[in-house]
Amino acid sequence: MKSEQSKKLLKSGAIWLFILVELVFFSVAGEYFALSDKAFMDVDNMLLLLKQSAPIGIIAVGMTLIMVNGNIDLSVGAIFAIAGIVLLDSMSWPIFAGMGDGVIPFAWGLALLTGATLGAINGLIVWKTGVDAFIVTLGSMLGYRGLVFMFNGENPTSNLNWTLVDFAEAQFLGLHTATWFFLAVVAVVWWLTRYTIHGRNAYAIGDNRDAAVNAGIRVGPHMLINFVLIGVLAALSAVVFYSESGSVNPNDGQLYELWVITAVVLGGTKLTGGAGSIIGTLGGVLAIQLLRKGLGYIGADTSTVNLVIGLILIVVLFIDRQLNTKGKEALNV
Amino acid sequence: MAGFANNEFVKLLGKQGILIAFVLFMVVFTIADTKFISVDNVLSVVRSSAILGVMAIGVTFVVISGNLDLSVGSMMSFSTIVVLDLHDKLGPLMAIPLMFLMTLALGAFIGFLVGYLKLNSLIVTLGMLSAIHGLTLTYSGGKNMDIADKSGTWFSVFGQGDVIGIPVPIILFGLLAALFGILLSKTPFGRKVYAVGGNPTAATFSGVPRARTVFLCYLISAFCVATAGLIQASRSLGSQNTVGQGLELEVLAAVILGGASLLGGSGTVFKTLIGVLMLGFIQNGLLLMGLPFYVQFVITWGIIILAVWLDIAIKRGRFFVSA
Amino acid sequence: MINSTPALRLEGIVKTFPGVRALDGVSFDVVPGEVHALMGENGAGKSTLMKVLGGLYQPDDGKIFVEEKPATMHSPLHSKALGVVFIHQELSLAEELSVAENVYLGELPRKAFGLVDWEQLYSKTDEILGKLNVGFNARTRVGDLSIANQQMVEIARALTVDAKAVIFDEPTASLTDAEKLVLFDVIADLQKQGVGVIYISHRMEEIFKITDRITVLRDGQYQGTVATKQTDEESVTQMMIGRKLDLTRNASHHELGDVALEVKDLSCGDLYQNVSFSVRRGEVLGFYGLVGAGRTEIAETLFGLRQPNRGSIHVDGKEVRVGSPADAIQMGISLVPEDRKGQGLVLGMNCRDNMTLPQVDDLTAGPFVANGAEVALFDQYRDRLDIRTPGWKQTVGNLSGGNQQKIVIGKWLSMHPNVLIVDEPTRGIDVGSKSEIHKLIRELAAAGYAVIVISSEMPEVLHVSDRIAAMFSGEIVRTFTSDEVTEDNLIQAISGIKQKD
Repeated sequence: MKSEQSKKLLKSGAIWLFILVELVFFSVAGEYFALSDKAFMDVDNMLLLLKQSAPIGIIAVGMTLIMVNGNIDLSVGAIFAIAGIVLLDSMSWPIFAGMGDGVIPFAWGLALLTGATLGAINGLIVWKTGVDAFIVTLGSMLGYRGLVFMFNGENPTSNLNWTLVDFAEAQFLGLHTATWFFLAVVAVVWWLTRYTIHGRNAYAIGDNRDAAVNAGIRVGPHMLINFVLIGVLAALSAVVFYSESGSVNPNDGQLYELWVITAVVLGGTKLTGGAGSIIGTLGGVLAIQLLRKGLGYIGADTSTVNLVIGLILIVVLFIDRQLNTKGKEALNV
Repeated sequence: MAGFANNEFVKLLGKQGILIAFVLFMVVFTIADTKFISVDNVLSVVRSSAILGVMAIGVTFVVISGNLDLSVGSMMSFSTIVVLDLHDKLGPLMAIPLMFLMTLALGAFIGFLVGYLKLNSLIVTLGMLSAIHGLTLTYSGGKNMDIADKSGTWFSVFGQGDVIGIPVPIILFGLLAALFGILLSKTPFGRKVYAVGGNPTAATFSGVPRARTVFLCYLISAFCVATAGLIQASRSLGSQNTVGQGLELEVLAAVILGGASLLGGSGTVFKTLIGVLMLGFIQNGLLLMGLPFYVQFVITWGIIILAVWLDIAIKRGRFFVSA
Repeated sequence: MINSTPALRLEGIVKTFPGVRALDGVSFDVVPGEVHALMGENGAGKSTLMKVLGGLYQPDDGKIFVEEKPATMHSPLHSKALGVVFIHQELSLAEELSVAENVYLGELPRKAFGLVDWEQLYSKTDEILGKLNVGFNARTRVGDLSIANQQMVEIARALTVDAKAVIFDEPTASLTDAEKLVLFDVIADLQKQGVGVIYISHRMEEIFKITDRITVLRDGQYQGTVATKQTDEESVTQMMIGRKLDLTRNASHHELGDVALEVKDLSCGDLYQNVSFSVRRGEVLGFYGLVGAGRTEIAETLFGLRQPNRGSIHVDGKEVRVGSPADAIQMGISLVPEDRKGQGLVLGMNCRDNMTLPQVDDLTAGPFVANGAEVALFDQYRDRLDIRTPGWKQTVGNLSGGNQQKIVIGKWLSMHPNVLIVDEPTRGIDVGSKSEIHKLIRELAAAGYAVIVISSEMPEVLHVSDRIAAMFSGEIVRTFTSDEVTEDNLIQAISGIKQKD
């Protein structure tokens, strides 16, 4: 069936084609609109792109698994902010006084633990109460954000540690630290989805929950693991980001969930669960970052970027629907 | 926990549990501080709930029809900014209808995507939240909007005026509640909204124009948002462009508190009204206790989860999932 | 030789639901290597019994023995572990995953540290697939397979354990003849391996072809078990319905009016082709055929839910285009759909509102709905159709199947349609309500309605129709008048055999 096959090819290759189109478009448009003299596809620029993709990218990898599992997590932005606060603030806690730079691993550990705990709360509520993930995380998006504000009111939390900054700004083999973290996360979670029982069961649950339950797969624990994972990844993303920036604003991370979901859906993960790939998400993240960078390059401001991202999400939804309808077989309901 | 499918008390708890909890809450707070139920305080709560309440009326329609609207907060920012801007450029008489038209256009776009193209309303309105936010920022050039001559305009009547002692926002809230409440419960259109939310397939099989019904619900929601923006703009005659941020969750909490099911097919404007007031009193109570606004976030979170959980638990007959 | 120690035995199983005694002391056993048919009308208790066996329901009383050892089936997983595998009518597969992952769903072979042993998985699956002689391999994505092949995947799932008993529930419903033969080969294989096969079906031809014994249930009660070779269709039917099969054809004839609906050369892709027929006022045209023959799809087209790619529809002589259900309703075409809960009713709404939904725009006083007129309409049809409900405010979801169906019928009757299409009018409805509805259909014809009835039950279609269109694989093979039709020629027609009569 030629149309079936071409549809499939389109679906899996589409995101990389899109990236290509973007590269071409912005390089060309840049000739006319660019504010700087450097070319768009300059090597440094592209390396920077990878680095800047890390915060969203790390979370997106976790979101892929969550969505494949049939859930969603709208609280990632808030978890990101809380983890950032824990990271920076804990470095000046009394118990760590006198440790100098030795406090850094502890700070990292505490941040990740925070992410894991918040993720676990989400997961437990979804598991035990049976309330849908989007409602639970819609609520925790609000609730966790409240915790963020409770920490320091509307003031930023800052703590600049130069060792950390140096580490974050370093480059190993040409790639920034953040990029390495990102790639490592991609590799680990990709391996998780392909080679572990947990990963395969997550796909099964998202694809046909009843069949999975009847086959004896315990849905609750798998969902919990995935929520803890994305919590940890949101925290890791904060660690990567705030190690360098040194200051957390209580409003940070807002709308992160939008970016992440857009990247994941763009990368080919089905909203309804059961299908999606980490590599595809990688493509989605790069595509979004490229868009942001490109628009900035030709002089667009943040508001335009927000506008464009919102619209892209909608277009992607539309394309996803077109490619997934069953044609003549379906009723016109 | 054992099953309680046939336990009458629990069923009562499910149906009126939220109301009971609320009454308890009011009693406790009144004991703590009798100012809580003073006429002044009550009036002030109702007045400050007006904006949220107006928006909640529109979202009730969307939720009953089986969908969500997360964009109402940023849409309200948009309406507020636009009407303030146009007020100084075209005068209030032109500004108000034009703003309504622009807001309705946004609502129509969303209604088209969710109703006619059948896209997922959660994701679409999440995307629109960002897009409209961007639109508002672009429109306002990133700056706040203020009316130049604040005392020389009748525009302030919507947010600050009163008629026979009743503040105009409350009147507007009441009028819209009555109008849309009747639309929902007593007209054929209202019946169709319930049908589409209750079983979209059966609704189509019965000749109900599903796409058009969903579309119109989003238009109604946009109309309500525009009204809320009008009240907000007129109240302070100036505004930041993020004024509506986060309201979508509070509105949703109010609608859920009022007993509407997020799955669609049930709920009423009147119940949403109760939910709005409940939320208003809870926030007021917390304020009187000296707790800052972000504590409300945590409380609202708890409310949303508990309310939906209770609703699901009653239907299921068990508190916790068995697996 | 058939080993006579039962692989599976049920004794005195009782299962009640609110208001209904679904199983009343049923006993049943299956012996290794036999194919044992379980038969009964809709609602006789077959599904319930199998759900008890498959661990989906717990019996209120009675005992289950697996190889004569007492057992309780806590869950589907547990019953599978005990060797009882249930192959459902509705396939339950994860379509995005591969065949292998579906076959071993929940039981993926493991390596250390929670890793999947892919080699083992694929090789074991290929082994099972080899036994079943299928044309696809373990890595194929399940969503890409045909329904028949997907069914094979379900069967493969059954073979991952040492099955003692395998239950097939209406397995041939969506299969072509060729695919059926493959299935029967698989069943024969299972027999050779000493598995006890339970075969639930309505299709006499198959039952008499492959089974060794037949057990019949009626209204939740055990009626008897016979050896297939020692009985015949009529006796079995008699056990099923407790009386001789009433195959009376419709005898009443009345004045026929004009042609209300005519369809010419209607085609819709693979679903149906070159369909032509007409219905006059005062007559009932029945559509009979197997699942997948295309009957419901034609009804959906007439009601605007589907667009044909060729052909024309004429209402009262004028050619029309039915773009949506709203169009259809305007042209006087009404459809009582197959799935009354999913398509016919909004279960959360009350009886009156469900009934008045298509015409709610017309039952108004000014801009408001006229409650009085609505209630009057409801009362009218409640009386006419004898709908049992405490009141119009009752939520439709709480009514019995028969009463729910009557609400749907009332909904459409009250529209005074030119053409009334009824798809499976009495599916899942008790015997009493069934005959009421049949009588009603005849009365409608007498009153001058043009009625199309789609049915999978032969007695029903014979009873109720003036003419019968027999369909097979998307085409109308032959249209019979009620004088011409016999059980034989009808069955042959729907099996695709065009004969010389």
